[in-house]
Amino acid sequence: MLSKKQAKLFFLGGTAIFFLIFVGMTVDTLVNHVPRQTHAENITQQVRMGRHLWDANNCMGCHTIMGEGAYYAPELTKVYERRGADYIKAVFNFPGGWRPHGRHMVEYNFTEEEKDALVAFFKWVDEADLNGFPPKPSLSLDR
Amino acid sequence: MKYKSQKIAYYFFALSMLLLSLQIIYGFIMAFAHMGYDGLHQWIPFNAATATHKNLLVVWIISGFMGAAYFIIPDESDHELWSVPLALIQFYSLAIVGVVAIIGFHVGWFEGRKFLEIPRPLDYLVALNVIVFLINILVTLYKGKKHSTTAWVLTSGLIFAALLYLPGMVWFDNHTVDSFFRWWVVHLWVEGVWELIMGGILSYLLIKLTGVDREVIEKWLYVIVGLTFLSGILGTGHHYYYIGTPKYWLLVGGIFSAMEPLAFLGMTLFAIQMYRKGNKKHPNKLALHWTLSTAIVSFLGAGLLGLAHTLPGVNLYTHGTLVTAMHGHLAFWGAYASLVLAIISYSMPLMTGRKILDNAMGHFAFWLSNIGMIGMVAAFAAAGVAQVYMERIMGVDFMKAQLELAPHFFVLILAATVFATGITLYIINFLKFGVPVDEAIGQGEEFAALQTN
Repeated sequence: MLSKKQAKLFFLGGTAIFFLIFVGMTVDTLVNHVPRQTHAENITQQVRMGRHLWDANNCMGCHTIMGEGAYYAPELTKVYERRGADYIKAVFNFPGGWRPHGRHMVEYNFTEEEKDALVAFFKWVDEADLNGFPPKPSLSLDR
Repeated sequence: MKYKSQKIAYYFFALSMLLLSLQIIYGFIMAFAHMGYDGLHQWIPFNAATATHKNLLVVWIISGFMGAAYFIIPDESDHELWSVPLALIQFYSLAIVGVVAIIGFHVGWFEGRKFLEIPRPLDYLVALNVIVFLINILVTLYKGKKHSTTAWVLTSGLIFAALLYLPGMVWFDNHTVDSFFRWWVVHLWVEGVWELIMGGILSYLLIKLTGVDREVIEKWLYVIVGLTFLSGILGTGHHYYYIGTPKYWLLVGGIFSAMEPLAFLGMTLFAIQMYRKGNKKHPNKLALHWTLSTAIVSFLGAGLLGLAHTLPGVNLYTHGTLVTAMHGHLAFWGAYASLVLAIISYSMPLMTGRKILDNAMGHFAFWLSNIGMIGMVAAFAAAGVAQVYMERIMGVDFMKAQLELAPHFFVLILAATVFATGITLYIINFLKFGVPVDEAIGQGEEFAALQTN
């Protein structure tokens, strides 16, 4: 029967091995794959500013992007393709707050530069290769 | 209670109770907003409510862990806590940072990354606070006469939890890289090192409550935390399917995260087995209820409901929907919330010396909160599955689909009311114990003396 010492060895050894594998895969992912899949060369100062605004206003507190965030407001991974730049820009500063179907969005007071930065960020996200997410609806009845 | 300094745990447990009540209030605000009643939007917009709800959860659980460590470590190492004043300073600074963060959310001061919304300047204070806490625990362990496996597993969990906070404090230009390391924190916490903490607290409780030999319990503790890391580390891959990372994560994350329920199943079988082996009838039945429910509900919530959407083919459709909320609620409730409630239920009679440990209100609290939470999870499941079919399969517009989900949120609110009633009773019971007293030192040890050697 398994002794306490063997159990300890199983825990420490197993954890060390799998952690090393994980670190190795992390390095490979970040060095060899992510820059290509996300077009890292396209991360301009403007995209950076857009993401900073995305974080600072906790947009993830209502929306999801790349499927991550909260589930109160639409998924925005493909919003650039779906709505286009003008529509996106119209939403931010809508007087009284954007209110689709009665659900409130915060009214922001973004400058033109900030709005363009957010659009640039959405465009960058839109172009990333996300292994097929979001999926195409297989039974589309809505169009 | 053996040592005077163990009383410091009470402060942390009381803070946990306060933050838990606030967390529930914010949960209601969000559920009502989902139904279309967002009258508080002007003062508490949804993104502030969700940041508050999630961070209150993280802080009350961590406060509970800290209280547990302050209670358990002196007992396990046979030594007074190294410094009570330092622990008090650490307590007040934790509370202050928490309050500042929550007020900050309401005036739009965010870092805006799910679960890590606390702004970076406050991150440094959190890190400092945790370092002070760890120093206190480590010096106590060092000075102690005994070095038990339980104490070391618990402490190493706390140390690694602190270390893993660091990757979340670095700024990356690439959103994908940022998300990648955010999961180093969040996933490797809840499906990794927090399970060390959980294993440590659970085995302490089982040793105390069942009377099974320490060597047997601690041997299986190693096996279970071993299984956790075997599956959980590469299981992080289930967050790397669709965020701009390579396809091999679909395979690796799929296989290893599908194995994660085994670790939780191990924990469940372990707890039940030890309970059945135990020859001792400890009078604190409530603590035993919470201890066993932690082991069982964590398997259901974290294990089974996690498995329900972890395979890449399923997750492609459920990623970023209310299905995740279904899993998240039962997983946190089972694995961590119930665990903190278990250690509070165990330690309060010992710290206060009041022998009201098996009362009707406590049992009502246990059953109402568990039944309420299961109802909430069922409501989230129905809403989540409906959302997936409408939005992801039939291509219905997000907001049109959301309007159809309102009835599920009505059910959610009903179940949450049952849940909140249970928690209210738990807190009333907690208050009825009053505060810890020195007269309680030495009391309750007759049960501990039966089995620890």
